[in-house]
Amino acid sequence: MVVRVQQAAFDYGQECAAFASTAAQAHAGAVVTFAGIVRDWPGGGLQGMEIEHYPGMTERALAAIEAEARQRWALQEVLIVHRHGQLAPGDIIMMVATASAHRADAFDAAAFLMDYLKSRAPFWKKEIGPEGAQWVEARETDEEALRRW
Amino acid sequence: MTLKVLYFAWLRERIGAPREDIETSAATVAELVAELRARGPRHEAALGDMAAVRVALDQELAALDAPLTGVREVAFFPPMTGG
Repeated sequence: MVVRVQQAAFDYGQECAAFASTAAQAHAGAVVTFAGIVRDWPGGGLQGMEIEHYPGMTERALAAIEAEARQRWALQEVLIVHRHGQLAPGDIIMMVATASAHRADAFDAAAFLMDYLKSRAPFWKKEIGPEGAQWVEARETDEEALRRW
Repeated sequence: MTLKVLYFAWLRERIGAPREDIETSAATVAELVAELRARGPRHEAALGDMAAVRVALDQELAALDAPLTGVREVAFFPPMTGG
């Protein structure tokens, strides 16, 4: 398992290719990857995003979520990368990748990781626009998403 | 006991500082919150509505009635928005 919390941008394509190659060596038959992207507002105008996190707790929370996923599904490899700091519209915020023998485990584990990461890992997003900056509010649907697991 | 109290996101902005060391004899998170709110309008603005606030004790999520026994670090923050 690899969990990385970093300010620097990362190359999504390179990460996916490296992950698939490691997964293949571990005799996985399926890889699922997900990327979260800074989404512009429907009418445009988003200037940037600032992501704050809780150093220490973030790593612990991500490791706990990852360990839970490994208990529930047969996974050969797991990768979580999450950025913090200043991002621009279109930037990749984070990614998860899962590898398993067959696709169902990799798909389900990736969805589980994303649902938990959204509301149980201490990150907070702030959107910056022409009128100023505003914290992104958690959605009720994020909490509801956890109940299916 | 002395607690390291951390604030994140809009709580940090309302308090005007990311951390403070608090000398307290509060037995639970709720008692600590009551003491902090009494410190002034900034704390009241940050901790006035605890339904909008999450708490972590030594970097683990905790409830308002959780005891502070043995705890060194308390963090207050809004619901998380990762991913």
